Amino acid sequence: MSVFKDAGHLFRFAGLFVAAFLVFLIIREYVVPKSFGQYGHYRGNAIAEIAAHPVKFAGHSACETCHSDVQEVKNVGKHAHVNCEACHGPQAKHAADPGSVTPPKPDTATLCVRCHAASAAKPKDFPQVAAADHSGGVPCETCHKPHSPAIADGGSK
Amino acid sequence: MKITRRHLIILLPAAAIAWKHVLAGSLEDAPNYTMTEHWWSMLIDIPKCIGCGNCVRACQAENEVPDGYFRTWVERYHVKDWDLADPEVISPDGGKEGFPEAKDDGDKYFFVPKLCNHCADSPCTQVCPVGATFVTPDGVVLVDQKYCLGCAYCVQACPYGCRYIHPEKKVADKCTLCYHRITKGLTTACCESCPTGARKLVDLKNPRDPIHEFLKTHPVQVLKPQMATGAKVFYSGLDGSVR
Amino acid sequence: MSGVEGFMYPNEVGLVWSILIVLYPYITGLVAGAFILASLERVFRVEAVKPTYRLALLTALSFLLVAPLPLQLHLGHPERSPEMYFTPHRTSAMAMFGYVYLWYLMAVLVFEIWLDYRRDIVLLSQKTKGLLGLLYRAMTLGSSNISERSLHIDERVGWVVTLVGIPSAFLLHGYVGFIFGSIKANPWWSSPLMPVVFIFSAMVSGIACVMVLYMLATKLRGKMIDMHCIDTIAMYLFYTFIIDFSLEMLDLIHRIYEADESFRSLNFMVHTKLYFSHIVVQILLGTLVPLTLLAITQVTKLPETARKRIYGTAGVLTLIGIFAMRWNVVIGGQLFSKSFLGYTTYKMGLVSKEGLLVAAGLEMLPLGILWILVKLLPPWSESPSHQEAAAD
Repeated sequence: MSVFKDAGHLFRFAGLFVAAFLVFLIIREYVVPKSFGQYGHYRGNAIAEIAAHPVKFAGHSACETCHSDVQEVKNVGKHAHVNCEACHGPQAKHAADPGSVTPPKPDTATLCVRCHAASAAKPKDFPQVAAADHSGGVPCETCHKPHSPAIADGGSK
Repeated sequence: MKITRRHLIILLPAAAIAWKHVLAGSLEDAPNYTMTEHWWSMLIDIPKCIGCGNCVRACQAENEVPDGYFRTWVERYHVKDWDLADPEVISPDGGKEGFPEAKDDGDKYFFVPKLCNHCADSPCTQVCPVGATFVTPDGVVLVDQKYCLGCAYCVQACPYGCRYIHPEKKVADKCTLCYHRITKGLTTACCESCPTGARKLVDLKNPRDPIHEFLKTHPVQVLKPQMATGAKVFYSGLDGSVR
Repeated sequence: MSGVEGFMYPNEVGLVWSILIVLYPYITGLVAGAFILASLERVFRVEAVKPTYRLALLTALSFLLVAPLPLQLHLGHPERSPEMYFTPHRTSAMAMFGYVYLWYLMAVLVFEIWLDYRRDIVLLSQKTKGLLGLLYRAMTLGSSNISERSLHIDERVGWVVTLVGIPSAFLLHGYVGFIFGSIKANPWWSSPLMPVVFIFSAMVSGIACVMVLYMLATKLRGKMIDMHCIDTIAMYLFYTFIIDFSLEMLDLIHRIYEADESFRSLNFMVHTKLYFSHIVVQILLGTLVPLTLLAITQVTKLPETARKRIYGTAGVLTLIGIFAMRWNVVIGGQLFSKSFLGYTTYKMGLVSKEGLLVAAGLEMLPLGILWILVKLLPPWSESPSHQEAAAD
């Protein structure tokens, strides 16, 4: 043991390390969330927390539960695959409590041009018009029914 | 046809039951969702995209995305003749309010919607120092915003520029593939609001998924394949000029 | 969009890593470099640099203590930073760095300083009264054994610590280089040369820093500068700088020759947005001028005053140049779009949390800490003579 006689201070220094390490392990036990590592190197509960975020768009199935009449009109027209909330905006609140929330009617003067304003960048086969030439600024629903817009399909007013 | 009271007496309870499912608070409440039965992905059909910006607006509404930051955005490419190396690209406010009119000069124009590619070999999850961003067992890359330090290493590591630091929460944020919707049988907000069907959610573990079928029978690409990120957002009709 | 030329992905427009993240590799580089200089004496027995040994260690400690501060100020949630120690993600270079830092601080630097100063600490603990005396007594860890044998054991153990410390210093700063070099998404950063370039530029900056501080401190103390010492340091600085410059030129030539998809965009960036910081400050003023000055002292015999002036100038220019190199890596890597179609601008704040004033303050803070450490643990055995003269 004589080799350690004058090395006592080194053991004290090492002792500090060991003590600090033990304190670290104890704190770690308390601080690391319990679900950490459940599925991988992350907090397992995070998945459920993210999945619990509120839904804002109801989804077209929810709309069609009540509005099957509109769906019938839409299904035979050019807007068959345009979902309700693509034009009407997020309506989850209305779907949850139809009586209390009435969705505002979209303004066709500004809504339709978002898709149908003519641009050389859009696919050539997509129906598009230069609004000023086409209607002279008159709102689109003057001639087109939004749910079945093609005039040939009887979608005109 | 107006909805009468008689209609409502039948429809409302049905809707309420269906809605309870949709509004289920957690994965445990949502019946019949097992993570390992799904492997989520998305298909973007370029020739169908009209650059209307519906998807960008819908995502912002659904996920409360702060202004100036984007979980999804649309780029417009202008390719002159055969010059794939020098496209002119714009994305005004991410394409949120659509795009300005393009000149009819006979050049090639098209729109490219972009979002997080939910990479299977994700470089962003590799570099996270604490495990705040991860790939779920069903293939969605998520951020645990209660654990994230906001160091932004993941933002630097993403080759696609789809991540950002949330200006108020000061943590990393990005597209979650509307995890809170897809685990309840709904589709993502961007797919729901796309008027032309250019964006479609895919479940790669579902052999009966029609989009999955499309992937098996048509040529498709991913962005920056040389990065070997295992990107799971597939593009049909992607031009070689796309960065 | 303000400050944007061409096209950037919408989320790329604002930089997420600020001047604080430039400061961090600069500071850890100074630490590694100062330590390597200290190890020259301890392990490689270069007796000439002995006058700077203790100063180099205290310099390294001062900068290492400040190093986490820019990171804490940058984090969105600094209160969560202990997560890096409790749940480190083993695939993340940044997480592993937390442990490398702690290892280097405690098992290398503090341990070595303690071993070298232990005799002085014990003596000071017996002589000093009051709170300061209490501090010294705490630093002895309760052992007042300064016998021949114990000091000899300290010497041997210290030698091993320094030996281990050399690769540890390389790891400390090489890791920072790897944090950048391993990001395949960023072609300005992604390179196997990055850790090596960082290590050598760290050595250059650390050696220059200790040389300049030694010259300054000696002048302030009214003492004579040991010319043999700084001649030797300057020689090491010169040769290390040649290696560092060669590595950076290799990277440049390789990029120009291969001209991959990123080259056009990066080349344009260096000639426009980074022209001043890269060409003028880093290469010309920060590398070529000091190299030329040092080369002159290596090949010709100049009088003492001229050498001192050249060393001082070269040292300061080197320090500025290496800072510019960190700036060009960190900021430069965020100025161009990953689409290679555009560029943005770094809008550095002045008084904000990650602004210029904070950065300048953090850069000065280690000097303040060093001043305290020098008072607490004097690197020199005699007290300053001009102070004694003033007290008469």
